[in-house]
Amino acid sequence: MQQYSGFGLLKHSLSHHENWQRVWRNPTPKKKYDVIIVGGGGHGLATAYYLAKQFGVTNVAVIEKGYLGGGNTARNTTIVRSNYLWDESAHLYEHAMKLWEGLSQDLNYNVMFSQRGCLNLGHTLQDMRDIERRVNANRLNGIDGEVLDAKQVSEIVPILDCSDNARYPVMGASWQPRAGVARHDAVAWGFARGADMHGVDLIQQTEVTDFIIEDGTVVGVKTDRYGDIKADRVGCVVAGHSSVMAAKAGFELPLESHPLQALVSEPIKPILDTVVMSNHVHGYASQSDKGDLVIGAGIDSYVGYGQRGSYPTIEHTVQAIVEMFPIFSRVRMNRQWGGIVDTCPDACPIISKTPVKNLFFNCGWGTGGFKATPGSGNVFAASLAKGEMHEMAEPFSMFRFHNGALIDEHGAAGVAH
Amino acid sequence: MSQKNRLQSGGRIDRSKPLTFTYNGKQFEGFAGDTLASALLANGVDIIGRSFKYSRPRGIVAAGAEEPNAVMQLGATEATQVPNVRATQQELFSGLVSGSTNGWPSVDNDIMGLLGKVGGKMMPPGFYYKTFMYPATMWETYEKVIRKAAGLGRSPNEYDPDTYDKVNQHADLVVVGAGPAGLIAALTAARGGARVIIADEQNEFGGSLLSSKESVDGKAAGAWVAGVVKELEANENVIVLPRSTVNGYHDHNFLTIHQRMTDHIADRAPNGQVRQRYHRVRSKWVVLATGAHERPLVFGNNDVPGCMVANAVSTYINRYGVVPGNELVLMTTNDNAYRTAIDWHDAGRKVQAIVDTRKNPTGALVEAARERGITVMTGSAVIDVQGSKRVTGVSVAPISEDGSKVTGSVKKLSADTVASSGGWSPVIHLSCHTGSKPVWNEDVLGFLPGKTVQKQLTAGAINGTFNTAGALEEGKKAGLEALSKLGLSAVEVEVPATTEVKESKAMALFHVPHTKPTSQAPKQFVDYQNDVTAAGIELACREGFESIEHVKRYTAMGFGTDQGKLGNINGMAVAAKVLNQTIPQTGTTIFRPNYTPITFGAIAGRDCGALFDPERYSAMHKWHLENGAKFEDVGQWKRPWYFPKAGESMQEALNRECLATRESIGILDASTLGKIDIQGKDAREFLGRVYSNAWAKLPVGKCRYGLMLKEDGMVFDDGVTSCLAENHFLMTTTSGGAATVLNWLEFYHQTEWPELEVYFTSVTDHWATMTISGPNSRKLLEELIDGDVDVSKDSFKFMDWKPMSVAGVPARVFRISFTGELSFEINVQANYGLHVWEKLFEHGAKYDLTPYGTETMHILRAEKGFIIAGQDTDGSVHPYDLGMGWAVSMNKPFSFIGKRGMQREDCVRAERKQMVGIKTIDPNVVLPEGAQAVFDPTASIPMPMVGHISSSYWSACLGRSVALGFVKGGLDKMGEKVYYPLVDGRIVEAEICSPIFLDPKGERQNV
Amino acid sequence: MFYIYCPYCGEHREEEEFHNHGQAHIERPADPDSCTDEEWGNYMFFRKSPKGLHHEIWDHVAGCRKFFNVTRDTVTYEIKEVYKMGEQPKVVAE
Repeated sequence: MQQYSGFGLLKHSLSHHENWQRVWRNPTPKKKYDVIIVGGGGHGLATAYYLAKQFGVTNVAVIEKGYLGGGNTARNTTIVRSNYLWDESAHLYEHAMKLWEGLSQDLNYNVMFSQRGCLNLGHTLQDMRDIERRVNANRLNGIDGEVLDAKQVSEIVPILDCSDNARYPVMGASWQPRAGVARHDAVAWGFARGADMHGVDLIQQTEVTDFIIEDGTVVGVKTDRYGDIKADRVGCVVAGHSSVMAAKAGFELPLESHPLQALVSEPIKPILDTVVMSNHVHGYASQSDKGDLVIGAGIDSYVGYGQRGSYPTIEHTVQAIVEMFPIFSRVRMNRQWGGIVDTCPDACPIISKTPVKNLFFNCGWGTGGFKATPGSGNVFAASLAKGEMHEMAEPFSMFRFHNGALIDEHGAAGVAH
Repeated sequence: MSQKNRLQSGGRIDRSKPLTFTYNGKQFEGFAGDTLASALLANGVDIIGRSFKYSRPRGIVAAGAEEPNAVMQLGATEATQVPNVRATQQELFSGLVSGSTNGWPSVDNDIMGLLGKVGGKMMPPGFYYKTFMYPATMWETYEKVIRKAAGLGRSPNEYDPDTYDKVNQHADLVVVGAGPAGLIAALTAARGGARVIIADEQNEFGGSLLSSKESVDGKAAGAWVAGVVKELEANENVIVLPRSTVNGYHDHNFLTIHQRMTDHIADRAPNGQVRQRYHRVRSKWVVLATGAHERPLVFGNNDVPGCMVANAVSTYINRYGVVPGNELVLMTTNDNAYRTAIDWHDAGRKVQAIVDTRKNPTGALVEAARERGITVMTGSAVIDVQGSKRVTGVSVAPISEDGSKVTGSVKKLSADTVASSGGWSPVIHLSCHTGSKPVWNEDVLGFLPGKTVQKQLTAGAINGTFNTAGALEEGKKAGLEALSKLGLSAVEVEVPATTEVKESKAMALFHVPHTKPTSQAPKQFVDYQNDVTAAGIELACREGFESIEHVKRYTAMGFGTDQGKLGNINGMAVAAKVLNQTIPQTGTTIFRPNYTPITFGAIAGRDCGALFDPERYSAMHKWHLENGAKFEDVGQWKRPWYFPKAGESMQEALNRECLATRESIGILDASTLGKIDIQGKDAREFLGRVYSNAWAKLPVGKCRYGLMLKEDGMVFDDGVTSCLAENHFLMTTTSGGAATVLNWLEFYHQTEWPELEVYFTSVTDHWATMTISGPNSRKLLEELIDGDVDVSKDSFKFMDWKPMSVAGVPARVFRISFTGELSFEINVQANYGLHVWEKLFEHGAKYDLTPYGTETMHILRAEKGFIIAGQDTDGSVHPYDLGMGWAVSMNKPFSFIGKRGMQREDCVRAERKQMVGIKTIDPNVVLPEGAQAVFDPTASIPMPMVGHISSSYWSACLGRSVALGFVKGGLDKMGEKVYYPLVDGRIVEAEICSPIFLDPKGERQNV
Repeated sequence: MFYIYCPYCGEHREEEEFHNHGQAHIERPADPDSCTDEEWGNYMFFRKSPKGLHHEIWDHVAGCRKFFNVTRDTVTYEIKEVYKMGEQPKVVAE
């Protein structure tokens, strides 16, 4: 298998780049797999990669109804951070963060993970209490974090309006230096290439139309293109459509699928070095390597599968951005788009067994699943390999909504991101 | 020589109005009616920018919204900088300052261009995914270089001096585009009595007619347009919006129109004017008459300045009187583009040849060209061009009939301009915005609008109807159809006569073959702005990026500020060819708003700064301002936080306020507390269902504290509710929670228990509320009561309320206490608030009546162990966690909201985090709120945490710190130790204690 | 942005005046105390979230403050019908 490097680029340039190998195969599926993963987004592909590479389960297929990484992986605002409040989520997101930190080298694919830091602004006394609480918890959990005052915030982001003229003046922020952004598509492609290299079959443009369930146990899936494909275990990782797939398997989830919108400015010269988020003013922004200001809007209040939301949501977000960064008033918005996010009542994911034996779901990441991609894939792979939930996944069971052991991260999850 | 490319006559510019402008620091002249692009071309400026990746010199390619290259920096001052303005859409004004965005030391001589030439070979699409990985630590260094090179223009560094407006509109019909189809559609609908908005992105209406030599209705096209516009403008039902881009089409026929009011006049809006206006339009029906964009052909070095889209060349000649060169070669797949060569020839400059990719073109325009003596080379193509900063010549070769390969020897022609046309792409963007999937049409060789659920009609070139006669016919039809859908009567509209031109069939060719394979041929650009080449797309497909979305994302095709208006279909065609598919099999791209980029300021409108969110003030706000209050934002309220005296620190002020209250009397403006008036015969029953405690027996004249829970048993609000009369209650809520609570009550009433007769009214703003608290508060109240009302200990008990007259004003006075002191809450009609407040101070002076704000309120209540919902609760604690089981009545007949929830398995387990008092061993240490508790501070990271501090203050009254916090199993751990490792490295030792630090028996308020 | 007909006001108004309250026709169990944790959890949290026809509650929060039901296609976002609290939908999924 070809390794990627600067030398390789030089070598291939001499042959006009005519001899690059395929990044992944385009296989016809086998009749049966040890594990089928439904959904070829970032989380599904990461699951397949770690299953094959770390847990030695290589007889695996990923079945994707569209193209790889075409769902929320392709539509998010690429923020990576791990500064969550509660132990359960902090451990999971920090697990992901540690994997991010070596991911390009592990995959031999540059996912452009850039640790440019993340500020979560506080605008009220209660915001500041929450920030203090979260940063204290983060530090004791081994996660980097600082509490900054308005002056320190202003030093990091001089273009942010930290004056008293703002409607809700900045009082301070939490600062996670290891947080940052990554190139979303590259994450999906890197995991896909890695999984393929380890023998995983990536089956694109194939929709799983139903599960084959016998005596309460899943034994395979039905597809629109290749008929029935058998499997010992099935992992469903279909952000946005989890409720639809659960309904096929005969149960409901504590989820609603909502539109989540985002937008970018035209590309401009570097001006914003870090990720800046504000729950209170309700906007967040970072600048991509290409120069676009990448801005996340809020979630729309209704269930929607149209990959588009309502315009006032965009307006509120842009108002927040201009309020936070008045100099951007004359910069222009280029494009907006929408994804479909599974939102969970406690703003935490579900990584869980289900009422159907051997059928596992990984969903409910709401507005912030991208940052967890490697961690989510890793613990889900461990769970699928064993048939038992990994200890880090255990608290995220769907059954917590019955016994009441919720992990309320609305504060840390905060503004959609 | 100035304006060397300007014709002596012709066009829609006004030669009597010269305008001076600067480009890259040099002064130029143009005319009124010019765009920045036409003026630059008139002056013979070839290079207007450098490309993104390879730093290749680039020139103007198009004449409208589809322009990918001429993306300029505008602005005469720092505050008025605008990045990325398309020169083809910017009208020229006197004093305009513009510059190109990349290139060092200058756009003409760019050092990066050299690097692009050398390094370009190593930069195929996705090269960055394959390198810069080792060593890992170097990535951020590489990234800095990449970031610096990327981006186009720059953001201003100063605040925008201009303002932006919004307007909401309702219309029967919005017509998008004022070309022939749109104009006649609007005219028809308007004559039929419909309320019409017609918007066009250009400064003048007319669309394709503005740059055409056609005659309409027997006169010059422009004259016909002027007549229609005049009629529309005179109709009071019609809103005519030039310079207005319909940039988004949203669900249920909602459209956004971005109108540029002053961008064509000056650098910043003249005094008293808004720069741009944003129309939010709800329209019953919509006619999309958005036209089409001509596609350039993809051939070798097709980005060298001088290569242009054919129709753009005609536009510059006919509309602006500018011939952008001397020697033209036209390459075309269709008859339509022959007009360009004819226009060029008629302008008196040389047409070297028309290179037609078809074997036997026969249309009328072909004949017209031949009649002029223009050489027509058929079955041939321009396979590449020579020149670096301007085209100097072209290579022409015969090609196979299907356009797949070069079949003969190459011939060189000299030329400085290459116009190309691969046909037209309908502008279907708006129809895609609402999720409609476009459909490929083999005759049109383009995508047409697909099925939609919107109330949308289409007319003209958007349907692939590219001739004026057809467009007019369809426009009229759409107008009539709109009338019929709107229930209005049809009207007579005559379609004006046009000259019909017979055209022969066009050829489906997008990517021109070369003698060398694509990977080795000179670069053939598909997307100019992002430097995406045909070779790059082929490589992406070879590597397995087979979905068009993958191709786009891997190569960045279509991600520029032009969003692929010129390049996307060519790119799809290249991919389809490699993948051996048809274009529709390869897929299409989903166009998203905006059609063209929109200023953030325009989207934000006036909703920034003070208007970002309304500010709410109490009736006494003026007094607070005059008395030096510092304010805290609570919800939308501005609440006094504390009242520092000159020279006082915050802590000193708080100490003074606290002591004054405990020793004599303090006063709090409590008006912001939510107040809900609840009436109806079932009001009492309703309260019992939404509060955790009992309400059945609360007598008239009494008040009670209640906790409000969610169905999961977790506390979400609290407050005191008073029985005003048998079926009449006044509920108070937290300041921030008032609206949520009211909505909550309505929700349960309307959706679960509509059989209960109960009514809710928000009365928060109707009452001003002032709380006097402290041992002298009764004395002060008594002084101000009019008439004979007994407020003594026994006749006005704790948790009683009474109506009375205070300072001459009818008032409700509640004897309730959040401080633990003797305390009275005086409520008066809000308009009297300030009067009563001032009277209290008049009489209170002798007691040193001290105003205090939210911070002192918080300290005083924390000394008493009272919670603040939202500070000491976070949605994860139920009443028992708070040690407030006394506020839960498990025996009520109705299973109140929260009862079942708090009995779930996880809610009744031992070792839940419970609220307790926290006493630091060192009384002088005030723990930070948010500090995390541990039992074993020597444990290694990650350290098991057992709770946190939710409230913490210095208590001047107790001379020590006090804190409330959560500890695992805390209620059973009184007297035990707990530790708080802080950010600064200190570990604070503390003892778990009762949350009631002061007066545990409640004697102070019982006086 | 949706254009929603409020059955109480008798007018179409902009979505900005309304708020969505999720799935309609969820009844609070008549006897919560006898529900199992599972039944109570299902009532509180588990939802349909269908792709296609959906019955949902909207609140004319900046208008008459009335709650009502809407049948809406969650893909095309078309509103198929609006009906008052206590009424049943006429448009239902097959």
